[in-house]
Amino acid sequence: MKESAHRRQMLKYQVMKLLTQGALLLSLAALITVIVFILVRGLPYVNLQLLFGEYSSKNPTIKPALIGTLYLVLISIVIAAPLGIGSAIFLTEYTNNKRRLIHIIRIAVETLAGIPSIVYGIFGYLVFVIALGFKYSLIGGGITLAVMILPVIVRSTEESLLAVPRSLREGSLALGSSKVRTIFSVVLPCAASGIVTSLILAIGRVISESAVLILTIGMVVNKMPKDFASPGTSLALDVYYFGSHGYPEQAAATGVVLLVLVVSINIMATIIGKIYGKGELADG
Amino acid sequence: MNKTFRFIKARDNIMRGIFLFCAVFSIFALGCICVFLFANGVPFIGKIGLGNFFSTTWNLNNESYGILSMIVASLYVTALATTIGVAIGLCTAISLYKFCPKKIVPPIRQMINLLSGIPSVLYGLFGMVIIVPFLRDSVSPNGIGYGILAASLVLSIMVLPTIVSVSLDSLNAVPKNYYEGALALGTTKAQSVFMVMLPAAKNGIFAAIVLSIGRAIGETMAVIMVIGGSPLMPKGFFQSVRTLTANIAMGATELRGDAATALVATGLVLFFFTLLLNISFTLLKGGFSFERKRAQKTNA
Amino acid sequence: MDKKFNITVRNCDLYYSEFHALKNINIEIEEHEVTAMIGPSGCGKSTFIKSLNRMNDLIEDCRISGEIKIGDQNIYDKNTDINLLRKNVGMVFQKPNPFPMSVYDNVAFAPRTFGTKKKNELDKIVERSLKQAGLWGEVRDRLYTNAMGLSGGQQQRLCIARALAADPQILLMDEPTSALDPISTGKIEDLMSMLKADYTIVIVTHNMQQATRISDKTAFFLLGEIIEYNKTDELFANPQDKRTENYITGRFG
Repeated sequence: MKESAHRRQMLKYQVMKLLTQGALLLSLAALITVIVFILVRGLPYVNLQLLFGEYSSKNPTIKPALIGTLYLVLISIVIAAPLGIGSAIFLTEYTNNKRRLIHIIRIAVETLAGIPSIVYGIFGYLVFVIALGFKYSLIGGGITLAVMILPVIVRSTEESLLAVPRSLREGSLALGSSKVRTIFSVVLPCAASGIVTSLILAIGRVISESAVLILTIGMVVNKMPKDFASPGTSLALDVYYFGSHGYPEQAAATGVVLLVLVVSINIMATIIGKIYGKGELADG
Repeated sequence: MNKTFRFIKARDNIMRGIFLFCAVFSIFALGCICVFLFANGVPFIGKIGLGNFFSTTWNLNNESYGILSMIVASLYVTALATTIGVAIGLCTAISLYKFCPKKIVPPIRQMINLLSGIPSVLYGLFGMVIIVPFLRDSVSPNGIGYGILAASLVLSIMVLPTIVSVSLDSLNAVPKNYYEGALALGTTKAQSVFMVMLPAAKNGIFAAIVLSIGRAIGETMAVIMVIGGSPLMPKGFFQSVRTLTANIAMGATELRGDAATALVATGLVLFFFTLLLNISFTLLKGGFSFERKRAQKTNA
Repeated sequence: MDKKFNITVRNCDLYYSEFHALKNINIEIEEHEVTAMIGPSGCGKSTFIKSLNRMNDLIEDCRISGEIKIGDQNIYDKNTDINLLRKNVGMVFQKPNPFPMSVYDNVAFAPRTFGTKKKNELDKIVERSLKQAGLWGEVRDRLYTNAMGLSGGQQQRLCIARALAADPQILLMDEPTSALDPISTGKIEDLMSMLKADYTIVIVTHNMQQATRISDKTAFFLLGEIIEYNKTDELFANPQDKRTENYITGRFG
């Protein structure tokens, strides 16, 4: 009797094990298929003409998108990085007697992080395209993206600031250094690798984003943007445009470019985090 | 010396003001978003009437702006995608936690982290070129591949990395001595995991579910490429329909005037859904930290 | 400078929110002496020396009342410049906390804070401070390597040099040797008896032999109160209070 109960348990265990391992294989297979599909479909069509050629409806290129993406990354990071790092500093270094305000700021940041990108798109559309009269423009899209990545930068910068041991702050303050000198000469250098990592990841978000841009920069795939104020397109937007306008090869090829870009950005962030995260301050 | 110290003090105050400004900017931005959405959306809903807005007819030619069918489609897609994603993702996390060779866990984790950064438009492309034709040719009874099932499948793959890493993190955060304690009582490895570790990690797993619901309901690009786009009430898995996000994105580049404002109102509804989710997430996290504190107290 | 740098504490009470950490402290600390604070863990001795350079300001819900004077200035006065105070009252912590930068940059940190920018002036200050801390010989040829690579004892002497470079009058040491091996401890004790010619030193220690070896006066803390304060020889040879006697003979703590 007892033996059969034991056998039943073992059987259950085996079933559970197989079930979960099956799920693991399924997940990996699904995710790898996505990657492999894009590479197989797209790689044959990645060439210099696609990347840097002049756009024509017969031979669409992604040159305008490359420039547009560059503009968007520049605009959004230039705006969001100082704001994000500044607020993270306020949230971690100026906590004394400000609990209420900090609580409200935290709620605002969390809420911003949860808003879907298409809603940011509507916001950008209402503010920049309509209210400020910019029409569709890279600058409007870039600023909207800046608001969208702000919570990402705030949160991860906060984490790396909190990882700086308290004893270093005390050491600096005890020498008579002001709070600002402590922050800039001791805390920020110690947290630098974490902050750089978070900025790189934020750049990855900007490059991946498309729903915001569909409403704010106009998806002008065929013209080179002249400056910040002109309408434009981005790599991710081009994938959508090509895919839904009858250019499947170009869509997949642009997908490859996008994929390589995003994955290498993520790998770069991981490497920076690893190299500089290790030796430094394991124990202050 | 005195001048130096006055300078230091002034600099401290100025920088403090700057940091405060940066921090308050988030509140300002959130306020702006709310004001713009409400100021444009609410009067519009008032003008056309709630009855019109929450009807099932979206026909711009006779000023019908009913989004009920899109709300229903959004909910269907979200529910289905989350169910599939959570079922597979959670099992994957459990497998990575206890039921697979230790050596392969770090590389798999690394890979899953990388995959979570893949742009959603690429998932959409994959769905459009692979999943939709596949469903059309070999699964669908009516020869249509677009629709709720295609969108749900694409989204469930997309949310997988999030679910796996968040639930694995929360499983790893459960103190090891719970597991040892359960084993010491004579339970099997599987029983210990399912009856002790999973319940102990339940708040983190709920968080993963809420996060993936948020991503699924808010996702635009991956959905519009596989959903079809007809503003109809969903009646089955294989039928061209339209979600809230798809409604906004599809109309965005073409519509003017009232029709464009209808998109803002649609966005308002979506915003409202995500706020609800956010609040429940915050409450869950509150419960999570409360539970951790309790655990610490009992440990001490 | 003929300004006085003795410390006078009168009727000082300190609370961490509800917790009464220091109770009616009254003490006079003389210039150019080493004063030791002894007592069991949690008795308030660290809290006390942290209130001498207002490091307790960093802790939320910390309230202090009474009077703490350095010379004739009340350091809790509204118009006390807190940065100047901390420059004048250096502090060395329990665990060495060098900044993750070069040895040179660590020592030059405070002078740079207060506006010394010239390379040759900084060089002089760095050399003098490292010599005072007895570290010059060991690090002179690796001034520009990261300070985190030094040994624990060297790191702690670097922290002392870093504090001295700010040109303080008073040096607070919060169990400076508790994380170190006996040889490093010996070096730092020797250092203290040399430094007291130029500085007023207040040291918190767990180790009663250390107190007898290095200090001129000793205060015994218990549950936030000063039970006894006397010349070190007297206090150990002839304690007036039963509780002091119990503690120094090892009956508790």
